[in-house]
Amino acid sequence: MADFWQQVVAGLASGSIYASLALALVLIHRATGVINFAQGEMATFSTYIAWTLTTNHGWSYWPAFAVTLLASFAGGVAIHQGIIRPNEKGSVLRVVIVTIGLLLALNGLVTWIWSGEVRAMQSPFPTRTIDIAGVAISIQDIGTIGVVLATVAVLWALFQYTKIGLAMRAAAVNPAEARLVGVRVTWMLSLGWGLAAVLGAISGMLAAPSLFLDPNLMAALLIYAFAAAVLGGIDSPIGAVVGGLTLGVGLNLIGAYVDFVGADLRLPAALAVILVVLLVKPSGIFGKSEVRRV
Amino acid sequence: MSALLTLEGVEARYGPVQALRGISLEVPEGAVVAVLGANGAGKTTTLRAVSGTVRRTGRIEFGGKPLRGGPEAVARAGVVHVPEGRGTFTELTVTENLKLGAYTRRERSLRADIDRVSQWFPWLPDRANQPAGTLSGGEQQMLAVARALMARPRLLMLDEPSLGLAPMIVREIFRIVRELNEKEGLTVLVVEQDARIALQSASSAYVLEVGKVAVAGSSDELRENESVRRSYLGY
Repeated sequence: MADFWQQVVAGLASGSIYASLALALVLIHRATGVINFAQGEMATFSTYIAWTLTTNHGWSYWPAFAVTLLASFAGGVAIHQGIIRPNEKGSVLRVVIVTIGLLLALNGLVTWIWSGEVRAMQSPFPTRTIDIAGVAISIQDIGTIGVVLATVAVLWALFQYTKIGLAMRAAAVNPAEARLVGVRVTWMLSLGWGLAAVLGAISGMLAAPSLFLDPNLMAALLIYAFAAAVLGGIDSPIGAVVGGLTLGVGLNLIGAYVDFVGADLRLPAALAVILVVLLVKPSGIFGKSEVRRV
Repeated sequence: MSALLTLEGVEARYGPVQALRGISLEVPEGAVVAVLGANGAGKTTTLRAVSGTVRRTGRIEFGGKPLRGGPEAVARAGVVHVPEGRGTFTELTVTENLKLGAYTRRERSLRADIDRVSQWFPWLPDRANQPAGTLSGGEQQMLAVARALMARPRLLMLDEPSLGLAPMIVREIFRIVRELNEKEGLTVLVVEQDARIALQSASSAYVLEVGKVAVAGSSDELRENESVRRSYLGY
């Protein structure tokens, strides 16, 4: 039984990493109806910034973490203003293709700047385990879960309790109307891209210590994040979080207890989740049919 | 009375279709002015030209200054446009809708403003946390007006407030608009297909026909002119 709970906590830890990347996808999809295929590569780029600060410049983890978040936010805003916005007048497909181009460009850029070598990234948390009710739990897992949950809470408060958060929601649900009340919609979308870049950076920096850092760090994570977002409902922020955690725990338990799956079939299992959800309940767990009276 | 809003030779088009062919009109400070006409006459486009939601040429002056830019800029200048089809954020709550109405304002008097607006619509506080989309059509239209009032506008532009609503509710909405005008001095430009009810509230009106002003005058003149009534107002 202790082993089971250990697997659950480890699953929650990887699930919270999926959740934060999934939340980034959901934020952008809600606001613009577009899936940002470059979300993973943006996160990889951010993670390399943190790696450079800690490894080459001797910063300790948390200051590097904070500066990376700021840089990622600025980068996300800049990508929206400079690359996405000029293409938004066209079809959704056009923007999607631009994000795929961005994926390739960022991947190339990362390899060019930092080479394709595999790097070790330091972890902010000790690798020790602590004993809770007879279950040995890794402090790193708890820390990862904690950081993501704290981020989600801050984000939720931002959207629920601040003027700018309300304006961002208004711009996402009804841009034409938002303009009429004076909201600068394009800037709200840019802020959304900035926040999404921050969420991606968090998932990358939390994933890198255990997965090691290379230019393709986020490729597989992006698939898990897609699965999490689809499972929870692509337009639901809560769905992204619940979907990520569910997927993390589910895949971990299947990997541990279903012999023939093991570690190799985790990715196909995630793809299976995407397929099954899209076939059975395309709106996901928290996807809602709109409330509207005409 | 000096003109708060002046349009001179305003033109606008949707692709190849020219919707406005040189509209000129004036809204005096403190007046209720109606824009009437059949479907496709350019009534809605006139409001959209003022609020900057459609690209326009010609001269538009507000408070003696040219009114330029997109809807965000126009809203900041004090012109609030309530579009047709109940402009509310259906997924957000009633309170959130009201807060967004005051978005352009800096002062932190949201609570006081919500109370002030609720005097006109006493049912609002009871529905504070309900998504706007779950309100009835009439309530949504009233919420749209309430949200516009949150901005403390200098000019309120209403597009077909009667659209799809029961006559009793339409009368209620126009009664509130008239009282807002009389008690708070609010200037209103209202587009309406129901000429009869619009003329009861407005002091003057413009009748549009294929993108031009066909007839203009005080509400009394228009009402009493038999041929105008028959050919343009349809009653």
